[in-house]
Amino acid sequence: MKIEVSDNPLNPWEELQRYEQAQIGALNSGKVGAVATFVGTMRDFNEGDGVTGMELEHYPGMTENHLQQLAEEATDKWGLLDALIIHRVGRLLPNDPIVLVAVWSSHRKESFEACRWLMEALKSKAPFWKKEILESGDSRWVEKNTAGY
Amino acid sequence: MTVSVKFFASLREQMGCDGATVEIGEVATVADIWLQASGGKAMPPNILVSINQEYCGTNDPVSSGDEVAFFPPVTGG
Repeated sequence: MKIEVSDNPLNPWEELQRYEQAQIGALNSGKVGAVATFVGTMRDFNEGDGVTGMELEHYPGMTENHLQQLAEEATDKWGLLDALIIHRVGRLLPNDPIVLVAVWSSHRKESFEACRWLMEALKSKAPFWKKEILESGDSRWVEKNTAGY
Repeated sequence: MTVSVKFFASLREQMGCDGATVEIGEVATVADIWLQASGGKAMPPNILVSINQEYCGTNDPVSSGDEVAFFPPVTGG
């Protein structure tokens, strides 16, 4: 299991490849039958306005601990073989990947459900905050997430 | 006792600082810490609170040396 919060640019596909090639934990056990991934990227619009950039803030320590707790909870609930969460902070531009959630299980049901649950739980519980820079030059804090279901 | 206070995101901007060190009596709740750290301001609605990086309620008791954080609803992902 790996949890990372980083202000470095995120290439989720390279991260996935690197993680799988490292053959960490159960990934090389022959038991993996399904991998589900979610990648969230930055839009250039929100609430009817054009958005040119974003500042993502977190609570160092608490954020990582909560992501770890959520990943462990999902692992217990769905019997996951492994989980990977990487989340960006700092300055982002439209199209930049914000978050990668990947889970490995023996069967697809567990991977699909756990990946979805982890993403929704992350959005409602992990302390991150987004500030948008608008086309007008103004900035505003995002006050709530869009509904996931 | 001494308690470390942190503010994040829009609340940090409203408060004009990212935190404070609060000196308060030996029996205090998170709400008491807020009043002292904010200079008696009303707590904005929907504010989330944590003690030592775990979510808690505003009526929860605080101990000396605790880290108490106040922040708006989270918007990650």
